[in-house]
Order: sequence, then structure tokens, then C-alpha cells
Amino acid sequence: MAENHIKPLTLNFGPQHPAAHGVLRLVLEMEGEVIERADPHIGLLHRGTEKLIEYKTYLQAVPYFDRLDYVSPMNQEHGFALGVEKLLDIEVPKRAQYIRVLYSELTRIANHLLNLTTFAIDVGAMTPLLWGFEEREKIMEFYERASGARLHAAYFRPGGVTYDLPAGLMDDIIAWTEHFPTIIDDIEGLLTENRIFKQRTVDIGVISIEDCQNWGLTGPVMRASGLPWDLRKSQPYDSYEEFDFDIPISKDGDCYARYLVRVEEMRQSLKIIKQAIERMPDGPFKTEDRKVSAPPRAEMKRSMEALIHHFKLYTEGYHVPAGETYTAVEAPKGEFAVYLVSDGTNKPYRCKIRAPGFLFMQAMDFMCRGHLLADSVAILGSLDVVFGEIDR
Amino acid sequence: MSQHLKDVEDILTQQRADDVVRTETRLGELMIWTRPQSIVRLLTFLRDDASCLFKMLVDVTAVDYPEAEERFEVVYNLMSTKNNTRIRVKLTTDEENPVPSVVPVFSAANWLEREVWDMFGIMFSGHPDLRRILTDYGFEGHPLRKDFPLTGYVEVRYDEDQKRVIYEPVKLTQDFRSFDFLSPWEGMTKHLPGDEKAETPEEGAQNG
Repeated sequence: MAENHIKPLTLNFGPQHPAAHGVLRLVLEMEGEVIERADPHIGLLHRGTEKLIEYKTYLQAVPYFDRLDYVSPMNQEHGFALGVEKLLDIEVPKRAQYIRVLYSELTRIANHLLNLTTFAIDVGAMTPLLWGFEEREKIMEFYERASGARLHAAYFRPGGVTYDLPAGLMDDIIAWTEHFPTIIDDIEGLLTENRIFKQRTVDIGVISIEDCQNWGLTGPVMRASGLPWDLRKSQPYDSYEEFDFDIPISKDGDCYARYLVRVEEMRQSLKIIKQAIERMPDGPFKTEDRKVSAPPRAEMKRSMEALIHHFKLYTEGYHVPAGETYTAVEAPKGEFAVYLVSDGTNKPYRCKIRAPGFLFMQAMDFMCRGHLLADSVAILGSLDVVFGEIDR
Repeated sequence: MSQHLKDVEDILTQQRADDVVRTETRLGELMIWTRPQSIVRLLTFLRDDASCLFKMLVDVTAVDYPEAEERFEVVYNLMSTKNNTRIRVKLTTDEENPVPSVVPVFSAANWLEREVWDMFGIMFSGHPDLRRILTDYGFEGHPLRKDFPLTGYVEVRYDEDQKRVIYEPVKLTQDFRSFDFLSPWEGMTKHLPGDEKAETPEEGAQNG
């Protein structure tokens, strides 16, 4: 019998698909139900953030970072703020650092809640989403009480944070941290030993430490492969070295391991939140350097100098000394970094945003090969991709 | 700057003198200038040498300096999880001269180089799949070049008569306003000109 060569079936996944976590067009070459090659077409959400930032002052650039990975906005502002502070060579007050740590960890929980529960819905579990989003909404309320906005907070700015925490907020956060572990237990009760969930995730999308390094994968994906690498520990920023927390790792490197690592990270974040509130220092919440941060409004009513500073900061903005820096933070998804080039003016000359999701998306092809079509959804869900940051 | 970075700097200047143009440390970050023809060799060395072990290529990007003789600076950021250090490798090129692709050294470079090609129009020779990545299908131009206007050249809309999305030249209802706040005077500097404190501290003092 003559051998017939069958052309592999090309399958279009997306751009609008509930399991694509945004606008992803995945072109899959299938051999039966097995994926031979995956070609993600990204950029459908490209807004030219890096170009826009070049035309804005440093302060005006902050809100763009909320709109990158819109489920963990504050961690990205953190990366930018740290980069600008490094170039400006200014010291951030202790209270501002603690508030940032507090909100970074709240953001991490909010991000993992969204990721884990939508991952669960991708593989067939509906309920965790309903429970997780209720808690996420409470974190959004904490956001709103501190910054005035639920999502696009623009709260971490170079020099500190925008406002001080309002009275009573820390007590409410503590009350929430007492109650939240039961929700994690409930979600875990539904998923961790669930037969269907395990069948869909265990030994799916296995990736080794070497491959993680080769493909530039960071964050929970790398830790799930067994490398205890967390920038909060290894290259601490903003007083992270003063906090006591553990880095969860797994040796398996599959989708299930990534789920477990994220669940444990939520518990560790709670530990950090409690410590940050217990030890929250008093003092200013942003730098007192009036060439970088505006004076309080009351002072502007009395002091001419304060008024001039306010006017100059909100029109011209501050000048950042010429230089360049690559500053990275441990965002919930992985290493988020800003490569900032300053030419000494009030606008960044170049601001490259290093999004962890971009490299996760690149590794889709590598991880999906030889898996079934349904597994691609599980792999995508476990990688935690958000297209705001991938497409920029 | 950490001891490891100092060691790396010494090793590179001694053993890899052909590949390294110069090294520089600013704000505690080590930068190595190289040439396009040396980049693959240098990155392979940095990845594999037992004293370097920069096993992760975290980022590839470029910066456009239109006035410079070779307008583009290609920037490779590497990280060593073993030694907990980062370095930056840089080279310059222009629109015509391609840079050898480092995909054989780091798989992560594939999309990062595609992005640099898309945004700046820098060619990478030997790249397995140098397509555009972030911009639209059929997009023309390279948006992150400094001579590319912020508003772009074309805009899209859905045409009710033709029942399809059409491209048109950009029409702005309001002129693009670029506020030049840079005053011809001293601007906002930390210290008054002529003030002896205005002298910047020594390079070593900043590194802390």
C-alpha cells in the first residue's frame, strides 16, 4: 500500500477564546489530537506603552504600569519606582517601604487568586472562581481605600507612595488575614486532591530547571521546577530582607506543581502582610526631598517655595541624572524589570519593560509539543499569562 | 559592586580581550561593550565559563540614538542564579548591518530578537524565524525608532460600506501637542550651579 502523507491539521485557537486568558491567537499544527507545533501570535493588545512613556514625564509614566499586567498593577509600579529611585539616588522612608511591601503582597494574593481560579475553570472546576473572586474583591477594596482606585492605582510612585494609609485600614487588613486562610483551605479542598484536577495537571507541561533558564522563565514556574530563586530573597529591595518568609518550591515542574507553589505563596504572602502591619514604622510615607515629591497641600497654602515646587513638579517634572539601570522586582508572575535609560531630562529616553509573561508565551511551543490539545489549555493556565504585559 | 562582578570584569578583560571593547560600572551594574561579530562567542563564554555561569538571558532590547554614527545600541541583560549577579552586554549597529543571532546560545533570545527587529528594524543574521511579533499583520515601519512619530502613520476603522476593516492615514482632530518644559535656565537641579556640593560623588562611592 502506498504511503500517504497527510498534511497536519492547522487549528486556530483564539483570538477570542475563553481559555486564552486574553487576546491570544494560537496557531496549532496538529497530528490527530497531538500538538506538533504551537505558534502563538501575540501583539493584539499592543498599545505602544514603551513609546508613550518616552513622551511623558517620569511621574506621568507611572499609570502605564498599572495597565501592563492589569491583575497585579502595584508590583509593576514598584519596578518602575525602584528604577527611577536608583537613578535619582534617593532614599525612600521606611514607612513607604513597608507600605509598598504590604501592598505588593496583597497584589500577589490578588494575582494568584485570579490565576489559580481561572486555571481551575480551564480544567473544569467552576466553584473556586466564585470563592476566589469574592476575596479578590476585598483586596480591591483595600486598594481603593489606600489609593482611591480599585485597579489602576498609580499608588507606588518614585519617592514613596501617593497617600498615607487611612485610619483603620490596617486593622481591617489584619482582620481579613485572619479569615483568608480558611478560603485558601476551601479552595484547596476542592482542587488539591481532586481526581479530575490531578488528571488534567499532573505530569502535564513538565519543564526542567535547565530549560527554565534557557527559556528565561522565572517566578513560580521556575520555583515549581525546583530552583529556589526569588528576587525578594536573593536581591532584596525595599526592606524585604527584614521579613521572615519561605520560598515554596516543588521538584516536579508540571502544571500541578505550579498550582501548589502558588497556593503556598499566598500563605507566605499573608505572613509578610502580618509582619508588615505589626512592624509598620511611623514617619513620612514619601521622600521629603521636595525636588522629587510634592509638598503637602497645607504647606502650599503658606509657603511660596512649596507652591513653586508643586508647580514645577506637576508641569516640568523632575530631572533624572543621565544613566541607565536594569531594575527587577519579583512580580507575582516572575521577574518584572524595567530597563531605564535617562538622558538627564524630565522624560525617560528609553524604558524597556521586561515582562515575565512574554517569555512564558514563547515557551508555549516548547512545552506544548507532544501534548494533547486539551493540555495546551492547562499549560497556558498554569503559566499565568496576562496579555497586557505580553503585548505592552 | 559584588566581588563576583569584579572577577568577571577581570576575566573578561584578560582572557577575552579580543571580544571586549571596554567595560564600565555604573550604579553598581557592570556593562560590557563588544562588537557584533563577537557577541555569540562572548555570550557562550559568559554562559559556560565556570567563573561566570550567566545561564539566563533575561532581556534583549535596543536603544536608538539617531545622531550617533551607528544609531542602535543592542543591549543583552544576563543573570546568573548561581552567583546572584547581573551583567549587561552592549554593542552598536545600524540599519544595514545585521547582528548575529544568539538563539543558538539562549533559546529565550528568539522572541526577544523578534521584538527588537519589529520595534527597531535591527536585523539578526541566522535567526530561525525573524518575523514581526507585536505589531499588526502587514505593519510598516519600526515604531520605537526616534524618527517614528508617536501618532503613527495609519489608523484603522471598520467600514460599514465595504464591510471590512480599512487602513487610512492618521487624521488628528487636534494637533499633536508636545510640551517642551525644558527651560533654557538651570531647570530643577539638586544643587545651585557653582555650589561646591554640586560635584557628583566618585563612581565608587555610589556603588555602595
